[in-house]
Amino acid sequence: MATVELTNIKKIYAGGVEAVRDVSLTVPNGSFTVLLGPSGCGKSTLLRMIAGLETITSGTCKIGERVVNEIEPADRDIAMVFQNYALYPHMSVYDNMAYGLRNRGMPKPEIDKRVREAAVLLAIEEYLTRKPRALSGGQRQRVAMGRAIVREPQVFLFDEPLSNLDAKLRVTMRLEIKRLHNRLNATSIFVTHDQVEAMTLADQVVVMNSGRIEQIGAPGEVYKHPASRFVASFIGSPAMNLMTGKIVEPGVVETPGGKLPFDAKRFSASGEVEVGIRPEDIHTASSGGTSFTPELVEELGATRLLHGNFGSTPIIVAIPASGTVHENKEMRLSIDAQAVQLFDKATGRSLAR
Amino acid sequence: MVEHRGLGRVVPYIILTLGVAIVAFPVYLCFVGSTHPQEITANGQMPLTPGPIFFETYYKTLFVGSSGSTREPVATMLVNSFIMACTIALGKIAISIISAFAVVYFKFPLRMAAFWLIFITLMLPVEVRIYPTYKIAADLNLLDSYAGLTIPLIASATATLFFRQFFLTIPDELVEASKLDGAGPLRFFWDTVLPLSRTNIAALFVILFIYGWNQYLWPILITTRDDMQTIVIGIKKMIVTADALTEWNVVLATAMLAMLPPVMVVVLMQRWFVKGLVETEK
Amino acid sequence: MQKRAIFGGKSLPYLLLLPQLFVVAVFFYWPASQALWQSFLLQDAFGLNTSFVWFENYKELFEDTGYYRTMLTTAVFAIMVAGLSLSLALLLAVQADKSIKGASVYKTLLIWPYAVAPAVAGVLWIFMFQPSLGVVAQGIRAMGWNWNPLLNGNDALTLVVLASTWKQISYNFLFFLAGLQSIPRAVIEAAAIDGASPARRFWTIILPLLSPTIFFLVVVNIVYVFFDTFGIIDAMTQGGPSKATETLVYKVFFDGRLGGNLGSSAAQSVILMIMVVALTAVQFRFIERRVAY
Repeated sequence: MATVELTNIKKIYAGGVEAVRDVSLTVPNGSFTVLLGPSGCGKSTLLRMIAGLETITSGTCKIGERVVNEIEPADRDIAMVFQNYALYPHMSVYDNMAYGLRNRGMPKPEIDKRVREAAVLLAIEEYLTRKPRALSGGQRQRVAMGRAIVREPQVFLFDEPLSNLDAKLRVTMRLEIKRLHNRLNATSIFVTHDQVEAMTLADQVVVMNSGRIEQIGAPGEVYKHPASRFVASFIGSPAMNLMTGKIVEPGVVETPGGKLPFDAKRFSASGEVEVGIRPEDIHTASSGGTSFTPELVEELGATRLLHGNFGSTPIIVAIPASGTVHENKEMRLSIDAQAVQLFDKATGRSLAR
Repeated sequence: MVEHRGLGRVVPYIILTLGVAIVAFPVYLCFVGSTHPQEITANGQMPLTPGPIFFETYYKTLFVGSSGSTREPVATMLVNSFIMACTIALGKIAISIISAFAVVYFKFPLRMAAFWLIFITLMLPVEVRIYPTYKIAADLNLLDSYAGLTIPLIASATATLFFRQFFLTIPDELVEASKLDGAGPLRFFWDTVLPLSRTNIAALFVILFIYGWNQYLWPILITTRDDMQTIVIGIKKMIVTADALTEWNVVLATAMLAMLPPVMVVVLMQRWFVKGLVETEK
Repeated sequence: MQKRAIFGGKSLPYLLLLPQLFVVAVFFYWPASQALWQSFLLQDAFGLNTSFVWFENYKELFEDTGYYRTMLTTAVFAIMVAGLSLSLALLLAVQADKSIKGASVYKTLLIWPYAVAPAVAGVLWIFMFQPSLGVVAQGIRAMGWNWNPLLNGNDALTLVVLASTWKQISYNFLFFLAGLQSIPRAVIEAAAIDGASPARRFWTIILPLLSPTIFFLVVVNIVYVFFDTFGIIDAMTQGGPSKATETLVYKVFFDGRLGGNLGSSAAQSVILMIMVVALTAVQFRFIERRVAY
């Protein structure tokens, strides 16, 4: 197991496209780090550079104590799980897992031992003689992971491994990966565009946008204290409400929804700002607070989404589905000072101290 | 599917049966002719049913030879044809699959130039360069040799394009997985590309075997010795211009024997034949 | 065109390409350029003296009525074979595409002539139509028609066309069947519900949707007649009687035989090359269009 250290990594393609711009990141030993971002943000490129499948334009990539920039993928002591699994269709499950070990000249009994252990761990012992096409999506996924596990690598790389599965299976496999990581405790880097996957799996989330890192932090941290407007809007569903505001006195911001309190100890702000409030941080109040008229009510079962406006800014409010709410009938809302986020209007960065 | 009713239902059967009969008739006559003595046939009195000398004719054809201008037994010709067809088919497959592999999986200077050099040969069939090609083969001492029969025909733009097309459908991730598993290019070729190409190779083999077996113009130029000729050109030499001298039963038996291997290949390997024929045209 | 994941290796790709490029250089490009060079040369009758004559060989060729006759023969040959084999193959393919029992058996029984060598096909047909001993020829002659492909040019051309058609039906049949099977059933059913009779469905729905296949096959059939019928002609008529069945390719072969008129033969080769380039270009234009579908 090893720490992965990226320093000032850049990737510029032949056509001049900058896929990754100056990324520095440390993945601690044993951590489960998730690279999260929309498609085209450079997260997969970054992962493929760590794997050695793409060359690094500039910067250094260290795995353990070794700079691996010029080292072949096979010699980096990593294993990768691909989005489409990339199983060898003409080999049995057993051979798929054993292939990499055989290429390394490992003695047969050792290969056999490792493959069988991994098969037990992943509950695929009974499929060892089958070909990949005779397996279900979830089983193929397990084989792909088994192929990585038998290598006992220093680092596991996952490139959107769950996105080819249906929604139900994705949840199961997510749990399974988490369980596996708890058990093996291997350094893992996992690429996804699905924030739920990121939040549930990671102990460190790296949010990326157009080739840059927007924020690195624990899932709760990224959710509660987004470092930028981008992170705020990308994480959380439904997305954080964003509106313009103006600081009128310390701890109070004037928004289209009226004057709102904020935590002046956390934010140092003045003048025009961007105000962010998560839909689930807005509560109903019996009196006082802000006036709000829901134009549309969506029932989601446990929660209820109210769509309306603060002035001309569309707002979503998420409240527990109890009692009744009438469309087009004014109601009162309260917003906790701790829930209000402030961002720089120009740069989009958080104004937190 | 729109079902036909009434009389319309039997029309397809009638037309198809007629079609099959017309297609098969020349071969049936050929077989009948090979079983009647030459005197009967030459007089134009051949019946439409098989005659009495099936075994005699085929024995003579295979192991004794005709008395026409080529006296070589057909067994020798069959062997030559087999060697030629298999060498051409396997040779084309071998050099095309490695060319396509190089063009698809490597990046190197002149990659596109090499590809185009191969591609343009599509427009240079042997018929448009007959004599210069013959001269080179002669200069290289290839006349009357298996090498001369096969090597000049062994380049294949079609097969190269066919494999290239197939390689482009192999997911990139499979190469990447192989790289992570420590396989270099040759090991990837041997362990993954070749096994994945099995059905394509089979399909191509069927088409190219027929192509090789049926070669005519090139063998006629390159072979002068009777013991080097293939069955397809041997049969032509058996037909003597003054037809009275032609041993028709032997000629027709040779024709039957010349058709048998490629037709069997088509019938028995129909799935690959159709795949090869349809997909090499893309 | 190329993979994202590629291998390094400086000399390996060249090594892999070497065998093919060697064959291509020695047996394709070198002879082709020789043909081009020879087409500008003139040899005297004894092959002792060779002189460079620029386009003299081409000029002579285009002043020779015999060459035009050969072109015309080739064109007529191509049109007849393409027309006959395409329509017969389409008729059979349409029947085989219907939901009938034993369709696959019929298919097998119709495709095997593809495997018969052209020269062998020639032998089969000459055996049937040879005036003195052919079973079919005797039938024709019994009806009072003085059929004799050995002496009559038209009879000979007819015979060569029949043999060539017979061999080509299977190829066209296969491609028509594939084309028909790729037409969505729902389209035909919709037309039936719209009240189109079977014949009308064929002309207004099936045939237009089949037009890419037809176009493709027309080109392939022309190429077939140009090049692959050599064996049929050589086995049946050797271009005769009096050049009535001589195609362009056969003339290249015949004129250059035994060192005859190598300059003219080479010039004809070059013209053929140009024709092949044109046909290939047409074919690839078509493929592009097909990809665009």
